[in-house]
Amino acid sequence: MDEEDTRDFNERCAQCSEVNWGLTDGGRFYCRSCHNVTERTREVVNTDFITNSRVQTISKGSKKQEKNDGGCEWYICEGFQLVLKKQVEALEALGVCPQMKDEILCNFWRCYLQKSKQAYCKRPAGETVKTLSVCESSTDVDSDPERPSLLHLLSLSESEGDLQTDCSFASSVSKVSESTSVYSGSVDGSLYLMKNQKEKLRMTMPMTLSFCYLALLWVREPITLSELLRFVVEGHIPYMNVFQHFPEKMKLCGLDLKIFCVESWPEYKEVFNKMHELAAFLDLPRFPDITESCFLHPDMLCMKYLMEANLPDELHNWTCRVVKKIGIGEVDFLTLTPGNKSTRKVKYDVLAAAVIVVVLKLLFLLDDHYEWLLSEFAEERNKNNTEGGPYFEFKKWYEVVKHSLDVEQKKLDEEKAKYLWRCEKPLFYSVKNKSKVLKRRQMVVNLQNQFGKLSGSVQRAEKPNPSSFQLSWSEENTDGSCFHGHSLKGVLQEKCGLLTVMNPDYWLCTVKLCNEKLCGHLAHYREVEFPQSYHFVLGLFSFLLRIQPSYIHDEVCMIEHRLFNKKLCKKLKYNTVLRKMKRPKTSSIKPI
Amino acid sequence: MDSFLEDYEEAPAVVVGGKRRRRRRRRSPATQAALQPLLHLPFLPPQPVSSNEHKSNFKKSKEACLSYIQDALLQKQWKRAAEFLTCYVESLEKDYSREHIGPSEMIWRIGTEILWHHSQSRMKEFSCFMEQMKTLGVKRYLKVCLEHVFHLLCNGQIDEAYQNLSLAESWRFGEQTAIQDKEIKLIQAYRGLLDYCSWSKQKKILLEHGEDGFADLAVEQEMHSYFRKAAVNLKEIIKIPGVWDVFVKCYVDLLEFYGEYNEARQVLNEYAYNSKFPANPNAHVYLYQFLKRQGESKKSLLSALKILHDIVPSHELMIDFNTMLQKSKKRKKRQLGLEVIFAALDYAGWKENAKAWSCLARQVKQIVISEKHLDWIKQEWSSRKDWWPDFHFSRYLAKRNWQENKSLSHEKALVAGILLGKGRIFFFFFHFIEQK
Repeated sequence: MDEEDTRDFNERCAQCSEVNWGLTDGGRFYCRSCHNVTERTREVVNTDFITNSRVQTISKGSKKQEKNDGGCEWYICEGFQLVLKKQVEALEALGVCPQMKDEILCNFWRCYLQKSKQAYCKRPAGETVKTLSVCESSTDVDSDPERPSLLHLLSLSESEGDLQTDCSFASSVSKVSESTSVYSGSVDGSLYLMKNQKEKLRMTMPMTLSFCYLALLWVREPITLSELLRFVVEGHIPYMNVFQHFPEKMKLCGLDLKIFCVESWPEYKEVFNKMHELAAFLDLPRFPDITESCFLHPDMLCMKYLMEANLPDELHNWTCRVVKKIGIGEVDFLTLTPGNKSTRKVKYDVLAAAVIVVVLKLLFLLDDHYEWLLSEFAEERNKNNTEGGPYFEFKKWYEVVKHSLDVEQKKLDEEKAKYLWRCEKPLFYSVKNKSKVLKRRQMVVNLQNQFGKLSGSVQRAEKPNPSSFQLSWSEENTDGSCFHGHSLKGVLQEKCGLLTVMNPDYWLCTVKLCNEKLCGHLAHYREVEFPQSYHFVLGLFSFLLRIQPSYIHDEVCMIEHRLFNKKLCKKLKYNTVLRKMKRPKTSSIKPI
Repeated sequence: MDSFLEDYEEAPAVVVGGKRRRRRRRRSPATQAALQPLLHLPFLPPQPVSSNEHKSNFKKSKEACLSYIQDALLQKQWKRAAEFLTCYVESLEKDYSREHIGPSEMIWRIGTEILWHHSQSRMKEFSCFMEQMKTLGVKRYLKVCLEHVFHLLCNGQIDEAYQNLSLAESWRFGEQTAIQDKEIKLIQAYRGLLDYCSWSKQKKILLEHGEDGFADLAVEQEMHSYFRKAAVNLKEIIKIPGVWDVFVKCYVDLLEFYGEYNEARQVLNEYAYNSKFPANPNAHVYLYQFLKRQGESKKSLLSALKILHDIVPSHELMIDFNTMLQKSKKRKKRQLGLEVIFAALDYAGWKENAKAWSCLARQVKQIVISEKHLDWIKQEWSSRKDWWPDFHFSRYLAKRNWQENKSLSHEKALVAGILLGKGRIFFFFFHFIEQK
């Protein structure tokens, strides 16, 4: 509210003698009547610790600049800005193009601040309700009828399901608030949590990653979302405890903890969906085209995943054919057009993995029977004939990959269990329990030292360098554990000069797809209902992408339905006639 | 109260008879609504939060950590357990002890286990750990103290243990002191036990000196003061229903030394026969031993052993019981004696006990020779004949018994001969013996 901001400034304009002041972006007073800009400025919070800060954080008088605990006034969006800065710097260190930070992400962020009316607008949203810190609420609570009562605020923050984390802060809110009322270290922390979400896209910690991914996608960096999230978990990109990088003066407490303290790893779907919401919210234009030469194109990603899954290179030919046949390699299909609700949002990594699964199903059927049969033939042939490259043996591949997968999975599980969630900088909900928190922290450190000595293991070594490959298979190994060069001759036959699959059948994962918009899934994956081999393959890619197998299954179903669209239509018609008879769980169809 | 719906229209009519249903159908919906009781729909569980699954990664990670620790403990991999515990202690910062066993209790229990077994841990570190655990949870302060004392005792640090017990006894923490009164009683009892140990040491000194003709007054006085301290605390704990074998034994020893037999008898009777106390075979054993020391009548000895027989038919005192019963003039008691010894030999622990077999052999032989009460044997044998031959009289056992214990072999052969008739095993035995 400009009027409020300029209320204290009562001098007459030097040019037109009016008292009708407005504020410029620079915080200077200008006369609304004659547009004369004065030398006088509003006092602006010292934001020199935030490099990129363009956010208007207007102080309410100099005495509040320094709170009694030595902290300064800060706004939640400033916190997020810092988090984003740390993240994008980490990405830069990983080798993304240097323009991403200043030219892409920074602009997205500014645009977000503007659209969400937090800055770069005539009337920043935060100004309307002013601040809700404790010190103020007692003084001018009557002067602002629009301000919700503290009680109301409390009930909101407690009933709103998605805010209720399992963390102690949430549970301690009710206790603490009774005596000290809601409060936060930041100026608008409490306000932030009660904002109506419908009109605005509220910033959350997972959203910072959506921002990063959006920027990465814009510059078409060769990094997938699953990789980005893996780097986060591996600690290459700041996310957990990122608040420890906040400057000393930015005190976090109370409701701020709910916003910046994360006790969970970012979840693929959440970051993905928020990214799309964000793109639409920012009204971004169509993104740069994803062409065949892009890393995110399924043909490229399939190659990467085939290598990582230790599958024969020859399969790439088949993935390309499937991609071409169903048109998922088209630029229009792959390129993100924000706000276009008619197209399906593409999860590049999951899509590519699913293409490989479909190809494996086409070639090997994966019905717990046919693939072993083929494997036996290949084994026989390999025994008798050592000339040329060996035929691909599914059994051997399964044994080798299963072994490595089990080892890696075990390692990963142990690492997850051993993950240390806390950082040096302890957090406390209120000053009241500060000493208790510090005491606990001290005890934890003592116990860690004591048992660390007994554990015999050397203190955690430096985290390994980030790698886009989790499993690696080298052809130089002579133990035959690399299948990249193996040939698919055993499963193919020549027909009219073209190589086709020997396998005449196919089974569909599902006959009918669910409505993704209504149900949230295209299909429903229940492990027991599917062949073991199929589950193993899903499990392999689920490990590589660190997502649930059902995500890949959904995508497999989608691809199958595109692939068998015509045949399926006929089949469905036929089925309606037979509906009263038995309804098959899966149905077999002749492949292309 | 949105979820408390009062549903008028969709309420299904809970009617059984067809007649009533027909009548009801004719009514207008309005009257129907008026007549039917309102259906109060129950509350539904709160809708699951959309992204709640992943929101507890911290908790999940700590739970996984805990299960790794448990696996490591089961496999005695103390180093590995310590490694994971190092990560698990973080969960302390979240512990508000809402659940029954919160992380702090877990850490106390697991940490104790690791420190006790780990080859590199020292008692000093252990004590340091215990001190931390004491500050961590006032609700189990005394339990932790007690555990600490046990470890000190196991480590032979009796003075430190005594000191710790005294400190714990004087612990005051508002309501918590009252809530943990059972633990306080235990702590006092253990202090009493340590006093008893000191008493018994002094007694030993005194007795040794007594032989030399010295009677040190100071030592004697000290001994008496230990007695008083021990007696007060021990007396208290054994009033509470429970299994207090060690305390009872020591207390009775004290009382007997000072000649207070009546009280000792009372304590033991109470311990054995008070129905509030849990069934405890040792209570009857202590009573029997006391009565025996006191030279009490056979009748009272037998009644103590009868109860023991009912609770633990395989108790080692059953030999004594059988011997006493065999000597009895009453038929019924002799029959009971046979039952007792047969029952004892039902247990694998007695399989190679020559004494038990000789008891059985003697009594069986007596009965056969006197040709009276052969039906007793029949009666006992009838329930055992289908499994004793394999259990006691197998070929393998015959051979092994003969190699290891000749007298046992003889007794068993005798019994087998009578029980199985002069059949295969009997001959086998002697054939076997003759061969040798």
